[in-house]
Amino acid sequence: MYSEKVMDHFSNPRNVGEIENPDGVGEVGNASCGDIMKIFLKVENNVITDVKFKTFGCGAAIATSSMVTEMAIGKTIDEALELSNQAVAEALDGLPAQKMHCSNLAADALHEAIKNYKATHP
Amino acid sequence: MKRIYLDYNATTPVRPEVLETLLPFYREQFGNPSSVHWAGRQVSGAVEKAREQVAALLNCSPAEVVFLSCGTEADNMALKGTVDALKEKGNHIITTAVEHPAVLETCRYLEKTGCRVTYLPVDKDGMLDLQELERAITPETILISVMWANNETGTIFPIEQIGAIARRHGVRFHTDAVQAVGKLDVDVQKHNVDLLALSGHKLGAPKGVGVLYVRRGTRLTQFMHGGHQERNRRAGTLNVAGIVGLGKACELATAEREPNHARIKVLRDRLERGLFAAIPNIKLNGHPTERLPNTLNVSFAWIEGESLLLNLDMKGIAASSGSACTSGSLEPSHVLGAMCVEVTLAHSSTRFSLGSDTTAEDIDYVLEVLPPIVQRLRDMSPLYNCGKVDACETCDTVKKL
Repeated sequence: MYSEKVMDHFSNPRNVGEIENPDGVGEVGNASCGDIMKIFLKVENNVITDVKFKTFGCGAAIATSSMVTEMAIGKTIDEALELSNQAVAEALDGLPAQKMHCSNLAADALHEAIKNYKATHP
Repeated sequence: MKRIYLDYNATTPVRPEVLETLLPFYREQFGNPSSVHWAGRQVSGAVEKAREQVAALLNCSPAEVVFLSCGTEADNMALKGTVDALKEKGNHIITTAVEHPAVLETCRYLEKTGCRVTYLPVDKDGMLDLQELERAITPETILISVMWANNETGTIFPIEQIGAIARRHGVRFHTDAVQAVGKLDVDVQKHNVDLLALSGHKLGAPKGVGVLYVRRGTRLTQFMHGGHQERNRRAGTLNVAGIVGLGKACELATAEREPNHARIKVLRDRLERGLFAAIPNIKLNGHPTERLPNTLNVSFAWIEGESLLLNLDMKGIAASSGSACTSGSLEPSHVLGAMCVEVTLAHSSTRFSLGSDTTAEDIDYVLEVLPPIVQRLRDMSPLYNCGKVDACETCDTVKKL
């Protein structure tokens, strides 16, 4: 069902954890639908220098969280806002149709974290 | 890599004795049992022998055994056949909220055609209230349909008492016994059952064959029209090889049920004790004592079921889950919902169902491999050690575990 890339990110997820004193935090999803993603950001000079995630969810949820953090590091805030759920799914060589909604959460969580950063660092 | 199969409630491997018995019917004994010539006669005897073997397991007469394609078809025939045959008498069905979709979806369909259905609730152990069941009976009630044992949690319903209640009120009693056959004593006389669904592939027989037991005198409208097979109750060329295999599987089940029950229960209890000793904050889903000997359904706080199953799969272990991600819908298991299991615990529910080939080494391997997997997933989860313990409904439930 899952591509090799998805299985790799699922078995060896990158950037798991939390950031102490993060510059931005975003959380999406809810317990009742079985997916919660939380993303922590460290930002310096408008560039994302560190990202960490915590996820409660299925294989696709963990893999997409891991991939989105990998794609976000080193990008500027504006570049990161351009990252779409589609881009995350493509970077993973695609997801099964019924799992696309899981991937939707990953980029959304990143965007929420950026929104939080902007709101707290005007 | 070692492969360990712990999903026997989903399906079972065809037993070697069963395979040996049925292979000739794919080779030289290929006739249609309805034919009058030598090719037909060769096989019709084998079909009738299988019928007797099934009847012996159920303690009924062979004439009361109808062969069909699967457990789902048997449930459909029992429900739809009853509703149509008894439409002058009434249109009310009593069933439970935790039935298999083969019963629930058929009931939902029958509601659209004008039936009234009562879905009895269950308590947190998945058990029924018999007084509530009896109170639900009305003069229009034409059928009580209660599964013998639940496929997800293994909870066993008090079928003998339900049968007695049904008999007392003159209401027909159907049971989906797909998970119970081969594991429990399914004597239809002792339990006052009028209709019973059985599925071959849960018993070491092939997929594609099942039985509906129909007590003599139980009128059912025919839905599979065509030839005259099965005494005009269900048309369609018989799945001879499947039926012969099913007969053999029933014969083995009659002989082995009790020793197997004891052996598998020891292994299941070993797994259960081991998990509860090694992993904190887990919950049993199902009745503590009235439960199938092979089934263990456990929720692991703060993690999700499919990711747990994938990790187990990577270690060669096959199990199943009640999470939404594995059900194909956005909702977790309806059975756990009916038991009021808190939603994140429902999403993490994992079912281990043991069987004939399960060994103590298999169980010990799972006990070695599962705790680190759970810890790894917990370390990744925003719900674990989140620090908001007082405000958190999940943690509140978990605290009470």
